[in-house]
Amino acid sequence: MSEKYKITIDGVSTEVEPGTTILNAARQIGGDLVPPAMCYYSSLEGSGGKCRTCLVKVSKGSEKDPRPMPKLMASCRTTVMDGMEVQNLTSPEVQEARKGVVEFLLINHPLDCPVCDQAGECKLQDLSYEHGTEATRYEFNRRTFERIDIGDKIQLHMNRCILCYRCVYVANQLTDQRVHGIVGRGDMAEISTYVEKAIDNDFSGNMIDVCPVGALTDKTFRFKNRVWFTKPVWAHRDCDKCCGRVTLWYKGDDVLRVTGRKDEYGEVHEFICNTCRYDKKRTKDWVIEGPAKVERQSVISANHYDSKVVPVIDKR
Amino acid sequence: MEVYRKQGGYAAVEKALKTMTPDEVLEEVKKSGLRGRGGAGFPTGLKWSFLAKPEGVPRYLVCNADESEPGTFKDRDLMVRNPHSLIEGMIVSSFALGANTSYIYVRGELFYVIRILEKAISEAREKGFLGKNILGSGYDLELYVQPGGGAYICGEETALIESLEGKRGNPRIKPPFPAVSGVWGCPTVVNNVETIAATSWIVQHGGDEYAKIGIGRSTGTKLISACGNINKPGIYEIELGLPVEEFIYSDEYCGGIAGGKRLKAVVAGGSSVPVLPANLILKTMAGESRLMSYESLAEGGFVSGTMLGSGGFIVMDEDACIVRNTWNFTRFYHHESCGQCSPCREGTGWMEKVLHRIEYGHGKMSDIDLLVDVAAKIEGNTICPLGDAAAWPVGSAIRHFRDEFEWHVREPRLSQERNYGLAGYADPLPVQAAEA
Repeated sequence: MSEKYKITIDGVSTEVEPGTTILNAARQIGGDLVPPAMCYYSSLEGSGGKCRTCLVKVSKGSEKDPRPMPKLMASCRTTVMDGMEVQNLTSPEVQEARKGVVEFLLINHPLDCPVCDQAGECKLQDLSYEHGTEATRYEFNRRTFERIDIGDKIQLHMNRCILCYRCVYVANQLTDQRVHGIVGRGDMAEISTYVEKAIDNDFSGNMIDVCPVGALTDKTFRFKNRVWFTKPVWAHRDCDKCCGRVTLWYKGDDVLRVTGRKDEYGEVHEFICNTCRYDKKRTKDWVIEGPAKVERQSVISANHYDSKVVPVIDKR
Repeated sequence: MEVYRKQGGYAAVEKALKTMTPDEVLEEVKKSGLRGRGGAGFPTGLKWSFLAKPEGVPRYLVCNADESEPGTFKDRDLMVRNPHSLIEGMIVSSFALGANTSYIYVRGELFYVIRILEKAISEAREKGFLGKNILGSGYDLELYVQPGGGAYICGEETALIESLEGKRGNPRIKPPFPAVSGVWGCPTVVNNVETIAATSWIVQHGGDEYAKIGIGRSTGTKLISACGNINKPGIYEIELGLPVEEFIYSDEYCGGIAGGKRLKAVVAGGSSVPVLPANLILKTMAGESRLMSYESLAEGGFVSGTMLGSGGFIVMDEDACIVRNTWNFTRFYHHESCGQCSPCREGTGWMEKVLHRIEYGHGKMSDIDLLVDVAAKIEGNTICPLGDAAAWPVGSAIRHFRDEFEWHVREPRLSQERNYGLAGYADPLPVQAAEA
């Protein structure tokens, strides 16, 4: 389509294709004005709209209909109209709502980061660091779930889950048969296989990659190392099932784990198969491309390469 | 069926199908000013006119009979006592919308209602009001009854559609609205039972005639399910614009507060609307007497007003405990939250726990402000209105009855022994018992 829509986010204008969401328009601009997203996953159709961290204020609907939208909108699911004006960082209302959402997400999160394998690459950590408060006002027992076993490759920690539904979409869209889903309602809803069946198919490992928190982690990497001590390296191999383009995570000369390649928003666009993920953990299986690009806020980058070390600011 | 026919039933079907075009029916409904009876009060004619009409795509009408708002029980009785009025409304409305398949989504708990509806549908089919080529007009309509799973959230129109399609009843993210993409991705209109039943009357007598009933933009009549501490709880059909005072105290309606007690508070439209103390429900801030209409009840915004909602009129007398009542509502929303979006999933549970603590005498003063803050952070930030519905009763209860909450915190022991009573919210009317 030749026609492009103009959108202004926090005073920065850009032109995007019709049908683009506000979040993706913001990502095209880049920088700090990109709203955080916990549940939206660009390569998964239908994802988004659930976590409410990406709420923005639409201060002008469009050129034709300049009325502001009455409520804060989920930027990942709201499409851009021509002449739309959006406030993200510049709206105190949005910041306040986002703080609320982060607090809601954290009240039942176990905060067991010291023993969680996701620590260091956890979206919830980044989010609460950037938008959360120092202390919680929640004074009750946190919700806990019965532990269930979903197979020998993936570890499920339901207590850490924020119910983003990403893993459900992965199973729906990547695999022939989805055997897990959301069971239960309200704050007792959980990811489950219902009759404790093992999740076993060639692409199940991608559930680990899409999980923003430590609810789904790799059993073969479990407790092996902290992610910031490992070195991500891009590599590829000829695979008859998937694209074969992966990130290898090295500790010394050993490949500790294999994941898909994540972009700066922590999203994988080329999903990989379980053979690549679990069975090819030797350097000789792979053709090395070079060090992986690491996203801006990641602590992984703190130990490697030349990048700026993020100063730790005591917010109190 | 016979009785209904004798009293002029199905005349609207004959009139609509034989003498009118769908657009004419739509025009009549628009003229009538009929507003959705499910709670939001959205003008029905306008809603119908939003329906997308692409070529070659079927359209659907879905009747929302998943009535599960605490305090509302009007649709159930309407369906039990007069199922044919709903079916007639369904035929007329489907005709106006050009829908050839329509569903009635009934709450799963109401088994007997489903049986009654199915019997009534088969009767209508025998008489030729349903099926192929109705009354020789060339219009086909199939009507199905779909029992739901009994979840409150499935009363939200997009969750209802998901549930109807056999999926988990999670609300969809809007837009797209059902009018563009509803059941099976086709344009769909979802209306309340009462709304649909009203359309047949409108077609029969004309929209102008309907608009004469009621007051201002609140036209027609409304079924109010009155319950709580009143002498005559039950379902009353009122003309919109009836003064609230008359509704509560007149013998024709609620018949006054039970036991000659005094009025403390009223929840005017089902559990999810803001609760109002006696002085504000009878008179607005401006001192005018409040009427049973969409506008009058909403006067003063959420600061001093409420909503007509779905017409679940819950009356609380001086012995009712607002804290307990609020806790009870919140417990309901906590249980019924679908768990899809974070503010509602986590927030309702949090509010419930804090209210439980206050009610049982373990609260702190800071809890009250915490509740206000949590409610404010849920409100407006969720996918569907359930979050708002959960936040409003809490916010309004604290706004109007703050000293009762404070008393619960200050006097934990006393609050377990007795209720707070009327305090500063004395109802402005003379005590009836004193008169006698």
